[in-house]
Amino acid sequence: MNITQLSVFLENRKGRLAEVCSLLGRHQINIRALTIAETESFGVLRIVVDKPDEAAALLKEHRITANVTNVVAVEVPDKPGGLAGVLKVLADHDVNVEYMYGFVEKSSDNALMVFRFDAVEAAIKVLSDSGIKIVGAEHIRGL
Amino acid sequence: MIWKEDIETMPLEDLKNLQSERLANIVRYVYENCPVYKDKFDRTGVSPGDVRSIDDITRLPFTTKLDMRDHYPFGLFSRPRTDLVEIHVSSGTTGNPTLVGYTRDDIGLWSDVMARALCCAGAEPEDTIQIAYGYGLFTGGLGFHYGALEMGLTIIPTSSGQTKRQLKIMQDFTPRILACTPSYALYMVEEAKEMGLDPRRSSWEIGIFGAEPWSESMRAEIEAEWNMLATDVYGLSEIIGPGVSQECHLKQGLHVFSDVFYPEIIDPETGQPVAEGQDGELVITTLTKQGIPLIRYRTRDIVSMTTEPCACGRTSPRTSKIKGRTDDMIVVRGINVFPSQIEHVLLGIEGTHPHYQIVIDRQAHQLDSVQIMVEVDERIFSDEIKKMRALERQIQHEIQAVLSVSVEVKLVEPKTLERSMGKAKRVVDKRSL
Repeated sequence: MNITQLSVFLENRKGRLAEVCSLLGRHQINIRALTIAETESFGVLRIVVDKPDEAAALLKEHRITANVTNVVAVEVPDKPGGLAGVLKVLADHDVNVEYMYGFVEKSSDNALMVFRFDAVEAAIKVLSDSGIKIVGAEHIRGL
Repeated sequence: MIWKEDIETMPLEDLKNLQSERLANIVRYVYENCPVYKDKFDRTGVSPGDVRSIDDITRLPFTTKLDMRDHYPFGLFSRPRTDLVEIHVSSGTTGNPTLVGYTRDDIGLWSDVMARALCCAGAEPEDTIQIAYGYGLFTGGLGFHYGALEMGLTIIPTSSGQTKRQLKIMQDFTPRILACTPSYALYMVEEAKEMGLDPRRSSWEIGIFGAEPWSESMRAEIEAEWNMLATDVYGLSEIIGPGVSQECHLKQGLHVFSDVFYPEIIDPETGQPVAEGQDGELVITTLTKQGIPLIRYRTRDIVSMTTEPCACGRTSPRTSKIKGRTDDMIVVRGINVFPSQIEHVLLGIEGTHPHYQIVIDRQAHQLDSVQIMVEVDERIFSDEIKKMRALERQIQHEIQAVLSVSVEVKLVEPKTLERSMGKAKRVVDKRSL
């Protein structure tokens, strides 16, 4: 049920993000969700794309340091308190969220969020048992 | 004044006789007391009886830092550990530091040569000296301390750092002599100005600067800013610490105390002596040291030397300032650093061998800064910032622990570091010394 995120190491310098994004663009790889965590000297770009295997190979070929990370895409009701409800379920079951970010598109009427968990399988079970909808890889490709 | 006038102004012929006698003695001494040397001499086919004159020194094998490393810690000592009264270490090329030890007589020798150095720079027995070299395992602080004690100076052992306090002590106790690294002397200029002091009106009249290479232009700057005489002192822990040689007020080269530390200048490639005045590697034999005497120790420092007696009256040979190194050692804030030490640390981190580069810089009147750039590959990369930061900190702490110098670690993308001819460029030194 988990999906693939590409995590890319980037130096904090002008134009670097643009270079990586245009490399993906030139190869018809579409970014579905994205977030950047940064320090003063470097950043980690985290992206969910429509063709993760191709993207990973492409980055490797260009000697860009990248890892594949398993994340979970979760449907979150698009209304006040929607995200809080999901987070409460996780907290009640002692599931720790490393980080999270949102998709650009919605899935039906719900917002789509990416969650990075330490214990992915346990997190998936907690979410499913609580009736929270998890979106699979095929769905992401179709967005 | 000249501290050991009879020795320091000795006619060259008498000096040579003294050196010859001492060389013969020390060669016999290490042969009989240090199995490593006995073996070295036996393998070279030279026996103590063959050494009758100082000119025979070229028949003896060299000693290198590699020997110090291979026989770490006590293999090169000629005396049992119980005879040592003090131990110091300096940087080694990899895991282990270089160990040196002193017997009570060796401390006496160190005190004597440092008293000579202080006098050579212009100190008088009634003077007060501020010693802003680090005290501790580094030989700078204690070497000056022993010499000043021997001379009967008043010592202010401020050690290194705490600049505001250094300057307040200077104002309050008015020492005439300052001993520290030349870059620290310049650094203190800025701090003094910030405190509203006029550096040109400081109590310091004589500076004794060393532990790192420095140029004539740096000397001119220090002398103009502080309105003082800036002299160069040279030494290395393996030989004694500071006190191998020192400039007099004429600043025409560093007087080598050659009755105890016999200097040769060799071609580092062939090992043969170079002509007088030519650049070459300085090689030193300790003629009287007891604990860990070294025969023909390769300092890796490039200098030239003249045997022409100086107008100050001293007859000892004089070397130029250090012009370079025959290895990749760099000196940062007075501390010797080998790139291999950093490599060693990086190798130990998660078993990886990341590509790295050391960038050293010094802004005007600032202390040296060291940045270690480490290329991040898939093996050490994580999508979690906290893990990357932890890695950065781990590398920083481990390198600092080994080097005793604070460093900044910067994680960079692969292939960003300069490579020349496909070979990694490990050190980028941007300082103009």
